[in-house]
Amino acid sequence: MFTMGIDIGSSSSKVVILEDGANIIAGEVIQIGTGSSGPKRVLDEALSKAGLKLEDMAKIIATGYGRSSVEEAHKQISEISCQAKGVFFLVPSAKLIIDIGGQDVKAIRLDSKGGVKQFFMNDKCAAGTGRFLDVMSRVLEVNLDDMAEYDARATEPATVSSTCTVFAESEVISQLSNGVAKENIIAGVHQSVASKACGLAYRCGVEEDIVMCGGVAKDLGVVRAISKELKKPVIVAPNPQITAALGAAIFAFEEVRGANK
Amino acid sequence: MTDTTAMSAKELLGFYQEELYEEARQAKKEGKLVCWSASVAPSEFCVAMDVAMIYPETHAAGIGARKGALDVLEVADEKGYNVDTCSYARVNLGYMELLKQEALTGITPEKLEKSPAARIPLPDFVITCNNICNTLLKWYENLAVELNIPCIIIDVPFNHTMPIPQYAKDYIAEQFKEAITQLEEICGKKFDYDKFLKVQEQTQRSVAQWNRIAALSSHKPSPLNGFDLFNYMALIVCARSKDYAEITFKKFADELEENLNKGIFAFKGNEQKRVTWEGIAVWPHLGHTFKGLKNLGNIMTGSAYPGLWNVSYTPGDMSSMAEAYTRIYINTCLDNKVKVLSDVISGGKCDGVIYHQNRSCKLMSFLNVETADILQKENGLPYVSFDGDQTDPRNFSPAQFDTRIQALDEMMKQNKEGVSNE
Ligand code: SF4
Repeated sequence: MFTMGIDIGSSSSKVVILEDGANIIAGEVIQIGTGSSGPKRVLDEALSKAGLKLEDMAKIIATGYGRSSVEEAHKQISEISCQAKGVFFLVPSAKLIIDIGGQDVKAIRLDSKGGVKQFFMNDKCAAGTGRFLDVMSRVLEVNLDDMAEYDARATEPATVSSTCTVFAESEVISQLSNGVAKENIIAGVHQSVASKACGLAYRCGVEEDIVMCGGVAKDLGVVRAISKELKKPVIVAPNPQITAALGAAIFAFEEVRGANK
Repeated sequence: MTDTTAMSAKELLGFYQEELYEEARQAKKEGKLVCWSASVAPSEFCVAMDVAMIYPETHAAGIGARKGALDVLEVADEKGYNVDTCSYARVNLGYMELLKQEALTGITPEKLEKSPAARIPLPDFVITCNNICNTLLKWYENLAVELNIPCIIIDVPFNHTMPIPQYAKDYIAEQFKEAITQLEEICGKKFDYDKFLKVQEQTQRSVAQWNRIAALSSHKPSPLNGFDLFNYMALIVCARSKDYAEITFKKFADELEENLNKGIFAFKGNEQKRVTWEGIAVWPHLGHTFKGLKNLGNIMTGSAYPGLWNVSYTPGDMSSMAEAYTRIYINTCLDNKVKVLSDVISGGKCDGVIYHQNRSCKLMSFLNVETADILQKENGLPYVSFDGDQTDPRNFSPAQFDTRIQALDEMMKQNKEGVSNE
């Protein structure tokens, strides 16, 4: 049996096709999100990779910011529950999830069965999100993918203290013009992101294992900064961008199985 | 006089709300006094003196619910009111500015003309009370300065410890006496203590019926949709010292009881989970917030906010009245706030809690983080909080709200199904 999870975020679209609730046979990501051609393209890509058709899916569940605009889906589940489901499947020892996406930062505490015990997320402010990093990468003229490398070379992280993304951008610009090394600025930017996420994590209660997911988890500089702040190791979920889509596909599988019992 | 006997509670609510505004407009025309009053300032004094009353917070909520807030908020912005100031205050101060311009020039400003809210007359004096916040002090002082009118302030200190000490009650009772003296001066007549006693008795009858309605949400399934309390609240604020409130609430409670006996519930057969809503409603997005919950089968059966007007006391006893007006839960310490909310949650047999982090109302929001934490340790119920504002539509994001209540719904489901063992 095949099930599908579709996660439409603010800045990327993800699809996972799952076989019998256990094997990921497609896990695709396109870096544009809701309202764009991303959702349709990623769906087509996943199906063609798996060599399957939409009709082959026993159930499709959508999640993420754009979840209600996915016509193909039979149901919507919040990204909080899906993220928990997906991460717990990949890392059964997970107790705390830190998920940083395009416009959301979340900390999710799991119970021993992988259920959501508590979660906190940012509200109406983009500080500490993927968008924040986007903006910084642009002013610094460093690709997002290269930020971790720069971070690793930092000698003395600069301080980026503004919460507001726009003000932080000016702060970074003035540091650049003062000749502060990009490496140190980037480490400071990562620290700023980490401090927002850790604030939420502390409210949830920090307990190992700590797993990071979401697009920003690919930036190992952020992972390093979070780990340093929490003084604990942080595991990056395998393929961290697709964990919520995976969770949605698992939910879909469980629902079909439950109905067939 | 209109015959109200055949009216439903909903019709009575609309009728009396309009009636109150009409009375104020009429009073102004006849050269009688009009007072603007803070929502939980004692209404008894002015009503005993036959002063027509307008309640700016309720009026502002109405403007918000009718999606007219932005226009007047801009007027307040232009006057220099910071966006961090309570939006009830900003809406009202903006609206007052428009009324003032009209009074000075004889020309009705376009924004006033277009405003969807009920037209209200400018006040001859204002009365305020800091038993729910201190914003109300500066707001009303500004009204008084802008319009060059008297301002009666009833100072009700915050209760850092409970129970309320006698000296606090004595102090507030003295404040009441002082207010009466000021009122006598403004009205140019002696205070009528006999009428005052009758008004106090009326207030108690209104409050009793109000509490009757609120208690009905303890039934499972509930005949009462908690969001209705947000609407009916207009009369506990604006007419608790008149029989308008008593008549309407009695009718509503009777209707609900009848429904209960017939097995008619607010959500028909679709009540799946019950939530407590802590904080003021998001007036400009009332429909969105209500429907979002309803679509998930979540009924609101708990809210401490309507309880602000549970001002039960012994008529004739000033100390008892003082106590009623100071024990309001947002005028008390964290421990008491937690206790009140805990009773609301268990009374409403709730499965989860939603906290409105209201940009306007600091007093109702800043303690939420701590409150939520303590309560969850106590009752184990899941909760979420969302950023919003009671009347500034710019401070609420529908998608953010939806994600949170969906996640809450899933957590409540998980709890109920016993998936979680913690
Ligand atoms: S909403 Fe809060 S801040 Fe505004 S007047 Fe009411 S109690 Fe005061």
